Amino acid sequence: MKFFPLVWANLTRHKRRTALTTLSVALALFLFASLRSVVTTLRATGEVGSETRMIVQSAKAIVFFLPMSYRERLLAVPGVQAASWANWFGGVYQDPKNFFAQFAVDPESYLDVYAGDYDMPADQRAAFIRERTGCIVGKSLLDKFGWHLGQNVTLTGTIFEGDWPVTIRGVFRSLDPVFSEDAMLVHYDMVYERYPTWVRPGWYVLQLKNPALAPQVAAAIDSEFKNSSDPTKTGSERAFNASFVTMWGNVSFLMDSIGMAVVFAILLVAANSMMLSARERTNEVGVLKTVGFGDRLLFGLVMAEAGGIAAAGAVLGLGAATVLWPAIHFSAMGFLPGFRVTPGTLALGLGIAVLLAVASGLLPALSAARLSAVQALRHVE
Amino acid sequence: MALVELENLTKAFSRDSQPIVVFDGLNLEFAEGSFTALMGPSGSGKSTLLNLIAGLDRPTAGTVRVAGAEVSAMSPGALADWRARHVGFVFQSYNLLPVLTAYQNVELPLLLTRLSAAERREHVATALSVVGLSDRAEHLPRQLSGGQEQRAAIARAIVSDPTIILLDEPTGQLDAKSAADVLALLQRLNAEFHKTILMVTHDPHAAQAARTLLHLDKGVLTA
Amino acid sequence: MKIPLVYNIRSLARRPVSNAMTALGVAFVVGVFIATLALANGFRMALVKTGSPDNVVVLRKGADSELASGISRDHAAIIGALPEIATASDGAPLVSPEVFVPMDIASASGGGAQLVVTRGVTTRAFEVRRSVHITAGRMFAPGRDEVIIGAAIAPRLAHSAVGDTIHFGGRGWLVTGHFAAGGSAFESEVWGQNEQLMPVLRGEFFQVVVFRLRDRSRFGAVQQKLQNDPRLQVDARRESDFYASQSVVLRTILNFLAIFITSIMAVGAIFGAVNTMYAAVASRTSEIAVLLTLGFRPRSVLASFLAEAAFLALVGGLVGCLVALPINGIVTSTTNWSSFSMIAFQFLVTPRILVEGLIFSLVMGVLGGFFPARRAARMPVVEAIR
Repeated sequence: MKFFPLVWANLTRHKRRTALTTLSVALALFLFASLRSVVTTLRATGEVGSETRMIVQSAKAIVFFLPMSYRERLLAVPGVQAASWANWFGGVYQDPKNFFAQFAVDPESYLDVYAGDYDMPADQRAAFIRERTGCIVGKSLLDKFGWHLGQNVTLTGTIFEGDWPVTIRGVFRSLDPVFSEDAMLVHYDMVYERYPTWVRPGWYVLQLKNPALAPQVAAAIDSEFKNSSDPTKTGSERAFNASFVTMWGNVSFLMDSIGMAVVFAILLVAANSMMLSARERTNEVGVLKTVGFGDRLLFGLVMAEAGGIAAAGAVLGLGAATVLWPAIHFSAMGFLPGFRVTPGTLALGLGIAVLLAVASGLLPALSAARLSAVQALRHVE
Repeated sequence: MALVELENLTKAFSRDSQPIVVFDGLNLEFAEGSFTALMGPSGSGKSTLLNLIAGLDRPTAGTVRVAGAEVSAMSPGALADWRARHVGFVFQSYNLLPVLTAYQNVELPLLLTRLSAAERREHVATALSVVGLSDRAEHLPRQLSGGQEQRAAIARAIVSDPTIILLDEPTGQLDAKSAADVLALLQRLNAEFHKTILMVTHDPHAAQAARTLLHLDKGVLTA
Repeated sequence: MKIPLVYNIRSLARRPVSNAMTALGVAFVVGVFIATLALANGFRMALVKTGSPDNVVVLRKGADSELASGISRDHAAIIGALPEIATASDGAPLVSPEVFVPMDIASASGGGAQLVVTRGVTTRAFEVRRSVHITAGRMFAPGRDEVIIGAAIAPRLAHSAVGDTIHFGGRGWLVTGHFAAGGSAFESEVWGQNEQLMPVLRGEFFQVVVFRLRDRSRFGAVQQKLQNDPRLQVDARRESDFYASQSVVLRTILNFLAIFITSIMAVGAIFGAVNTMYAAVASRTSEIAVLLTLGFRPRSVLASFLAEAAFLALVGGLVGCLVALPINGIVTSTTNWSSFSMIAFQFLVTPRILVEGLIFSLVMGVLGGFFPARRAARMPVVEAIR
């Protein structure tokens, strides 16, 4: 530590070079952490869901409805404690850019099945259940659009044609990511009422008595409806959410490849910077060695320099990524909810910083260690 | 009219807010075709004088006139053009651009003219043969000896046929033999080609090669 | 430029490792730039090619995609009776009512299932959508449970070879052939006969009616007619515009990604160039002094060092282009959220993208070299030659 002033002096000798190199490292690590976070966030959306809940969807495709009659039959399956249903409403609020998720649900049973995953005052819950044109929204959605309780909001349907005026009767806070605060729930009956000939449940949500029963329940349900005109595909809520993640395709490969390219590019910048500094310092190394500084010490000094730049860059870059994204509530239009840098990503970033320090500092450090004082003093740039 | 006229020349500059007067009210003339050596202890301002004549620096007061043109009053842009046409400058070291061949180095001043490639080739060949480096035209500076490098620098200094040739310690880094070659060359340029030469040096042996000797000490000129 | 470029090029060669690293940094940035643009371009082209300005797409009013739309047989007949519709050689109108439903189909490598667009057509569809043609096997026969599979999606599905039986909608379908469609989104679809698919899919109605205009310029009038018809509740759009709008979400994401990533990387690479050039200028102060003494103007020195930086970056850019080139043609797939189904498309590197990459590298070089070059030009000669 007594050599810190020496390391510091070397770093500040070329303030601009050190600053630019540190910034490059910071930018690279910021980018790396952000790209990695796309992968981790997507993965996390697929890991959301309770083990005691299952989703029953049409085996043909998620876009197919299921008969309402299935409700009774599902409740009759051993292991199923409760059943509710929901539809993707897919409406537009003023402008397609204002996208947010809307679900048409059976209010009472749906809120029961998800009890514990959200927090909402009992009177608001009752008001919502009571009023067919009522809706409830998550707190963050409310804040995003500056709405208030009792506000009238009109949705323009894309799947269910027409204008749908609804009134906000409840505001909930999310206690579990499975129940998103960026969503709105409306009444299934409101939709059914307008188009009774073709509106049916989009999927069913089942509450199991015991999560261990899941495989049997799934098998029982799917085999029961296998040969009907509306065969089912039953799976855990987690599997259901995970299936949407895979729809993105090979995102992680793309992000990781770019991430690697970024790291390599900056490694070159950092290594080049260290090399430039090393070249200019040959004379000085000679003087230090003449004074009595040993090879190992000089090696350490140079590595410390490289380490200093990498460390500063890591703090700046990883820190910025960790702070920035949650601060601006970035969620990529809802595709990446809760976008943030995880501890795992931070660890990876720090590891890369260490790698950067070693890779950029090693050769200059070795050559400083190996340089003979006499040679160094004779050297003219 | 003398070729170079220095009138009431004063040069002072401040180092760490301490004013240092190099010379004050200097008057000097150099005739056309003269070969002058300017000697003096280090810090006496001889290099500064050279820079002022070459238009690389501006006097604090007084005027510098070369071939009738008032150099001390020209704008930087005009000075650059003027230097290209009228001055051949040789430094003590680091004259040549290390990545260009001797030929390309000598050609450099001609790139500032409107001469065609063929015409440039002719001038360069002539300059190189005058200094005796024709066989070394395609060599890089690192392939030349110290003396050869300086001769190449002199070739570059004469290639555009300048009004004056200024040299700052041209033999300072050379061994005795190479120095002698360079000085002989300068004498030839002056005697045969009637070039006006002003050479700053602290080497009395080099000074002897010139026809006139001046001393500059603490801003005072003595013959 | 007065100072010969060979001076700069050779000077670069004096510090081969340092300059190579700087150039390589630029190469990486340009490589990523080209790759992301190629990805966005490939997706865009797949969708752009899908739509023709001669065709009109009619959907149910308010539906933002074929997925959400529904048009009854009667309404389809009304639409098909428009006089502005072009006629085929046999006199019949070039109108194609189609069923459109994403279906879960098993993936090739046993990795579960993916949503694939299943489109019900008539033979007329091949005349309305001109780019479609069979590349292997034969067309499906009427009245049979037969389908043809788009060339882009076929490799990604299980049992998709000609002669196989593919499963969806609770039924097996004989794959009679594969088809290509000029690289458009149709190549990511499975096509079958309307009458066969309807009972399995959504029932007795179509999702979309597409027809060719006799006269392209009559679109506005046709649109008015359709949207004001009290019997129908439809929206009409030019097919090219429609498919362009279908790609907006993904294109926005890809473009944002491209710009975000490459600009950050570019800043890093520029910093690298700045460092390198400053060091170069610092080590060549005596050379700069010589040039200025000889009479080269400071702006010539500025131009010279700027050119040096630009040249270095350009070399990096060329390397980046070469490295990114093999990406061209690689097929990737993702979900087009508008149709909620898989679309396979290629990375598409065009000469224009390559040129943009090179220009980008030049810009990086100039930006990185500017301040160092200015320092070189502003160097006080007197100081330097002391």
